[in-house]
Amino acid sequence: MKKILAIAASAVLAASMVVGFAGCQGGGVSKDEIKVGFIFLHDETSTYDKNFIDSAKEAAKNLGLKDGQIVLRTNVPEDDSCYEAAADLADSGCDIVFADSFGHESHILKAAREFPDVEFCHATGTQAHTAGVDNFHNAFAEIYEGRYLAGVAAGMKLEEMIEDGKITAAQAKMGYVGAFPYAEVISGFTSFYLGAKSIVPEVTMTVRYTSSWYDEVAEKNTANSLINEGCVLISQHADSLGAPSACEEAGVPNVSYNGSTKSTGPNTYIISSRVNWTPYFEYMINCVLNGEEIATDWVGTLETNSVQILDLNTDVAAEGTQEKLDEVMAQLKAGTLKVFNTDSFTVKGKKLDSYLADVDDAGDYVPETEAISGGYFHESEYRSAPYFDIIIDGITSITT
Amino acid sequence: MTKTERKVHEPLFHISKRDAVSWKRALLVRVITVLGAFLVSGILSWILIGVDPFTFIGKLFEGIFGTERRIWVMLRNLSILLCIALALAPAFKMRFWNIGAEGQVLMGGLATAICMYYLGDKLPEPVVWLCMIVAGIAAGALWAVIPAIFKAFWNTNETLFTLMMNYIAMQLVSFFTNVWVKDGSGTLKNETHLHGIMLPQLGNMYLLPIIVVALLTAGMFVYLKYSKHGYELSVVGESENTARYIGIDVKKVIIRTMAVSGAICGVAGLLLTGAINGTVTTATAGGQGFTAIIVSWLGKFNPLYMILTSFLVVFLDRGMVPLNLTNDAFSAIITGIVFFIIIGCEFFLSYQIKRRHEKAQTVAAEPALIAETQGEARQIEGAETTSQTAEATAQEETQQGEERAQTPEEEDAALLRKIVDKTGEALKKGADAVADTAKKCAQKVKEGAQRCKAFLSEKFRRKDKPQGGEGPADETAETKETEKTDGEDKAE
Repeated sequence: MKKILAIAASAVLAASMVVGFAGCQGGGVSKDEIKVGFIFLHDETSTYDKNFIDSAKEAAKNLGLKDGQIVLRTNVPEDDSCYEAAADLADSGCDIVFADSFGHESHILKAAREFPDVEFCHATGTQAHTAGVDNFHNAFAEIYEGRYLAGVAAGMKLEEMIEDGKITAAQAKMGYVGAFPYAEVISGFTSFYLGAKSIVPEVTMTVRYTSSWYDEVAEKNTANSLINEGCVLISQHADSLGAPSACEEAGVPNVSYNGSTKSTGPNTYIISSRVNWTPYFEYMINCVLNGEEIATDWVGTLETNSVQILDLNTDVAAEGTQEKLDEVMAQLKAGTLKVFNTDSFTVKGKKLDSYLADVDDAGDYVPETEAISGGYFHESEYRSAPYFDIIIDGITSITT
Repeated sequence: MTKTERKVHEPLFHISKRDAVSWKRALLVRVITVLGAFLVSGILSWILIGVDPFTFIGKLFEGIFGTERRIWVMLRNLSILLCIALALAPAFKMRFWNIGAEGQVLMGGLATAICMYYLGDKLPEPVVWLCMIVAGIAAGALWAVIPAIFKAFWNTNETLFTLMMNYIAMQLVSFFTNVWVKDGSGTLKNETHLHGIMLPQLGNMYLLPIIVVALLTAGMFVYLKYSKHGYELSVVGESENTARYIGIDVKKVIIRTMAVSGAICGVAGLLLTGAINGTVTTATAGGQGFTAIIVSWLGKFNPLYMILTSFLVVFLDRGMVPLNLTNDAFSAIITGIVFFIIIGCEFFLSYQIKRRHEKAQTVAAEPALIAETQGEARQIEGAETTSQTAEATAQEETQQGEERAQTPEEEDAALLRKIVDKTGEALKKGADAVADTAKKCAQKVKEGAQRCKAFLSEKFRRKDKPQGGEGPADETAETKETEKTDGEDKAE
């Protein structure tokens, strides 16, 4: 019995060595032949990944690609599995491989070095501009402008609550559920806070972290503890529906991210901001179709429709929010309003005149790039991923 | 008397151990079960995601054997899972419910990463490798020995203890990540933070874990089957008292076995961090510490069978990839169903379900037995009371006791027989009723099948002659007819 099983086992192993070898490289770049692979950290249950998945499908539809031409790999963790998935997509003839999570970057870079004929694009990453690998590209969007707009909507709501006598101006404290105390999160919540502050100057904000990009239970618990600490409005930068559902249960207004969560919180959801990835996906596919270079660092803007605010819930939002948003949006588009205008915030009681940011991400944590000039912090200009990592006055960041 | 009545009340079905099944038959049953499980999954894929069974099974094979890389990745994933399952085998064989493999693997990985982080830029690479190997294995062993010591000396519950140790390990990984990664992103990168240290490759980047685990498999097979340690731990598993009686130091065996178990988990952690991922995260073990339990158990703690069971897990896990799903619920359902069916098969290979009326016959034989014991009890009673008096009187009295006892005995037996008879009758009636319903059901099914047949043939005919002028009219008439009969059936 044992002998036979041992033989069977070795036969299985041997068979697996012999079968296969069918991988072939896709050569052409005509519209009928192009194949694009996408790697997602989670699946549709994560608001973050759903945003990417929907955008990928939409881009494929807009460009008239057929079903088999986009390949989706979900639940790919941030370890060697990511490299394997990328290499497997390259093996199966993909011309472009895209990955959506920050932690995927080094593994995608490894695959990019191995497959110089395939374009590798990575969202939220920081290494493309220094890695010197021609077929590796980063992309992000000026989401801080969207966050600012969402903050304006939050400020309008706070103002309404103050006017209705529900809270005093001193009680206008917002709570923020962050994933990690990382520049992308800090930049996001600071712009959100500044947007609210432009309406209610007394507003303060407490930030708590979950130490995970996706942890529904932790996000919900963190939102609840913020609510218990007296926060009257919650926003989040984490990828599950944890915070919105906690807000709905507690009846606390919520400003969402990555996509509308109105269905989760019909009585508390105000507005959401998101990066619309469809323009980038169309851009990178068109580049390959036309034989053009994909930008090393691509930054989407309000103009490219990459930064969006969506689905204003008029049942919850304060009156006149839409008008105010249109007004601020026009100012942002015209460039007359800068989110990180150094006149609008202080750090330890002082105005910030100079700040060196760690843009090159060489792992030394030595900042080298002067980011403040002309009276504002130049976010997402020297690389696509955010690098504003200053905790400004009015925000309490609780890291323990 | 009421007591005896209660004893007779048996459940409708009961489970009993099956006689040994010949290995040929068992193998056949298992093969059929696995094929059946895949057939069921295929049908489910048809219903749930619209992929027909043949394409589904084809895709599974494509996902595993489609390219050379996929084969290598499958083999490597298999070896890691097998490694953890190998670690669990001695512990489970000893009936030590080690569900802390996840944490032991993580600790192995973390210790490896600690060496990479702190020593990577200070010592020559081969020395760092050596440190990684020693530290990884030691950390895994330590994480397993702690609950083992508590179990051995204070008999604490090892299930809860090892489970909780998992969370501590996870938090330790989180802690070190937060300390090391100063930009706050929580992403530990090999080149940036761990000085680009990796264990040396053998041939290609997949081979090292495969070879290490192949050696471990052979080693564990010998250890469990032929070594004194292996014998001792299985005796401790069967009965601690027996082990003590034959002079086995139970405490020592528990701690030693868990050290081995943890050390092998440490090897898995070492391979994951040092040879595969180049980094450690809270998800490094990825739930494999728990999956390995089912692998180990289904493989009956035999390292050679475990190769097959871990292949099955990896087959389902990797095979589902080419289906291009954007939600992992389906693959979880399939994995669950396949394992459910296979565990069911294993269960029915060693147990069988018996119906009550079979049991009733055996019960009928039992009253005599019950009566006998009662008689004996009375005899003993009788004997005790008479022990002080003379022997002769004692004998007399015992005889009397026996006589006295006979009447209630008979009463009991008669009553029992009555009950059994009545139950038998009721059962027969019940069985008849069931048979009747079954017959009716069968008829209904037959009718249904006929209707289906009629419907299908009609549909195909419609396809065959779509332009026929008379055809459609006829068909609609037919459809109406079938609908009518449907209605009648429903009315019935």
